Amino acid sequence: MKDQAMTTLETSVTDQNNKFSANNVDVYYGETHAIKDVSVNIENNTVTAFIGPSGCGKSTFLRCLNRMNDTIDICRVTGDIRLDGEDIYNAKVDPVQLRAKVGMVFQKPNPFPKSIYDNIAYGPRIHGLFKTKADLDGIVENSLRRAAIWDEVKDRLDAPGTGLSGGQQQRICIARAIATAPDVLLMDEPCSALDPIATAQVEELIDELRENFSVVIVTHSMQQAARVSQKTAFFHMGNLVEFGDTTKIFTNPEDPRTESYITGRIG
Amino acid sequence: MSTFTLFCLIVVLAVIGFFAGRHKVNSQSKPLHSLPRYYGTYVALFAFIPALLVLLVWLLASPIFLGKTIASQITADMIPEGGSAELVLSDVSRIAQGLRAGADNGLILTENINDTVNLAVLADVLASSGVFLGGELNPDVLQLALSYTDAAAFSHFLMICVVLGLAMAGFVFAYGRVNPEFWARNRVEQTYLGVLILAAGLAILTTAGIVLSMLFETINFFQLHEMRDFFFGLNWAPNFHGDSELSILPLLWGTLYISLVALLVAVPVGLFAAIYLSEYASKTVRSVAKPLLEVLAGIPTIVYGLFALITFGPFLKDWFGDGGFLGVNWMGDARSVATAGIVMGIMLIPFVSSLSDDIINAVPQALRDGSYGLGATQSETVKQVVLPAALPGIVGAILLAASRAIGETMIVVLGAGAIARFTGNPLEALTTITTRIVSQLTGDGDFNSPETLVAFALGLTLFVITLALNIVALYIVRKYREQYE
Ligand SMILES: Nc1ncnc2c1ncn2[C@@H]1O[C@H](COP(=O)(O)OP(=O)(O)O)[C@@H](O)[C@H]1O
Ligand SMILES: [Mg+2]
Repeated sequence: MKDQAMTTLETSVTDQNNKFSANNVDVYYGETHAIKDVSVNIENNTVTAFIGPSGCGKSTFLRCLNRMNDTIDICRVTGDIRLDGEDIYNAKVDPVQLRAKVGMVFQKPNPFPKSIYDNIAYGPRIHGLFKTKADLDGIVENSLRRAAIWDEVKDRLDAPGTGLSGGQQQRICIARAIATAPDVLLMDEPCSALDPIATAQVEELIDELRENFSVVIVTHSMQQAARVSQKTAFFHMGNLVEFGDTTKIFTNPEDPRTESYITGRIG
Repeated sequence: MSTFTLFCLIVVLAVIGFFAGRHKVNSQSKPLHSLPRYYGTYVALFAFIPALLVLLVWLLASPIFLGKTIASQITADMIPEGGSAELVLSDVSRIAQGLRAGADNGLILTENINDTVNLAVLADVLASSGVFLGGELNPDVLQLALSYTDAAAFSHFLMICVVLGLAMAGFVFAYGRVNPEFWARNRVEQTYLGVLILAAGLAILTTAGIVLSMLFETINFFQLHEMRDFFFGLNWAPNFHGDSELSILPLLWGTLYISLVALLVAVPVGLFAAIYLSEYASKTVRSVAKPLLEVLAGIPTIVYGLFALITFGPFLKDWFGDGGFLGVNWMGDARSVATAGIVMGIMLIPFVSSLSDDIINAVPQALRDGSYGLGATQSETVKQVVLPAALPGIVGAILLAASRAIGETMIVVLGAGAIARFTGNPLEALTTITTRIVSQLTGDGDFNSPETLVAFALGLTLFVITLALNIVALYIVRKYREQYE
């Protein structure tokens, strides 16, 4: 009796600590079987890195988490993905609402051809997250501050977002994602179009974001995964080969494929 | 030797040149810089191209030159009462043509024609070659025609000599230069470049020629008619008493009004169709609908004109005309601004939609993903991200459509009516610049009267307007493309 109470307590603790739990997920693009029976848990206030060779399905899996795959006609997802215990593929879940809670940052910075202000205000305006203009101003400033770019753009909020440098644009995109007050941030190779300095800035930012969000980052730089993440998942040909603490994956991998990859033999 | 035989001869020479050049380097046992066929091509090009160019220029220039020479020999007493030097000149060239045809058919010997020839018989011979003269055959004119025939024959002979000579000279020169170390491949490359530049130049020259000829006639017009009336007058009222009012303004009003109606139809429908096709339609729908729209773009405008005249105009009149379904009497004639404008709008729908579709497709997918990723719906994404991003390009597309609407002829000729005035009522008939050009040029007025020449002034003005629109539109579209490259 006491034991049982203990275990229930324990599972509920782990459940609470899990933001996402995905079980037996398969993804098909028409005939292509892109993700094969993947199960993974993504924890609160943690940075989880997805690594693996190109084409192994990292982006595909990431896009399952906010149902961005719905926008691709031929894509079919099966399995069970829960956000805070709720099945996100349930017919009652509106994917549009889900994406407000699970923000996404893309590989190539993609600011809209609007002013910096309007870029950040885009999400709040769509979802009606403010009452007064002052509220919105506050959200914009706050998001820009959290994305560590406020000081650089505070004097030119009316300038087009497309006129900034690549690193600045990417931080604008992060601020834009933060502005809808998501619980999770998905980042698909957010630094691959950036120079080393901008990369360092974004990495630092990711570490700070962990305080408020859980972050999932796809990267093909293993150093980056080692630097920013606490958990790492290694994908290979659509399979999740190994998932665990980053330090363990990088120092003492269990699977020979993981070892080959991190030592540079497959990739 | 006919011109065609001459052309065949230089082709034969070029073919021989190809084999000769190839053979020359092949028969030497040294290593070749280029493939043998390049040596052959080099010789062939040298034999063919200069000769062909001279042939073409000669064929174009000699009639002009001969005409000028003959024109300078026309004296005042050759010109019949009420005629003009131009008419005599055209008689001369027609008679010369008849004489040549007669000679070819063995009816006459041009050498035997002299002062004693029976003019009536000669006129019959000419008539049998299809050349009918208005009045009596004037002996002086006949003489002129004879010297014209002589000059033409001489020019033809000279042309054969020059062209053949040039072909052979090119052949010999190129054949002499060909040897295994010769960079034939690079030379051939240069020649191709030259030919391409020439073709491009020709296209530009033709355009310039068209504009210049319009310009000359326009200048003629302004010598006969006041410029102020044309540009700033308020009436379009041609007559035969020499005091016509020929102002472009009422016509311009008609043109712009009908174009505006056309755009009001074409832009929303075309744009929405493009948005549906590029953002919402599934692959299968798209693969059927897009070609269908493009077929619509291929329908000749005269067919749309007939549709306006026979179907759509009467349909409108059934509603708005006397005793119509609505019980109002707003429309007197089936031809009206609305008839022509709406049908023209239908014609422009595929044009607008296909251009806008391209432009919307050029908006990077990354922008859409960014918007969906923030939880925007499809229509929010289209309204707030895709369309604003595509806006400059769409404006360009609309301007291109406007310039087509302004220049459109057949639909307005058949559907708009012929009344020049300033009216704001879309159910009344109006006329446009293009319809007036057609009617002024196809009327039976004297060509050199202001009533006819005004067509050129109208045409040139129209050309300037559409050119300006096109330039602005292309500039905007290009600017837009650059933004996403
Ligand atoms: N839109 C798509 N349509 C069809 N196949 C796709 C699509 N996106 C990805 N794939 C396929 O799915 C597999 C995984 O791709 P992806 O998730 O992009 O890999 P990664 O991000 O790890 O490089 C690849 O084989 C790829 O060809
Ligand atoms: Mg990827």
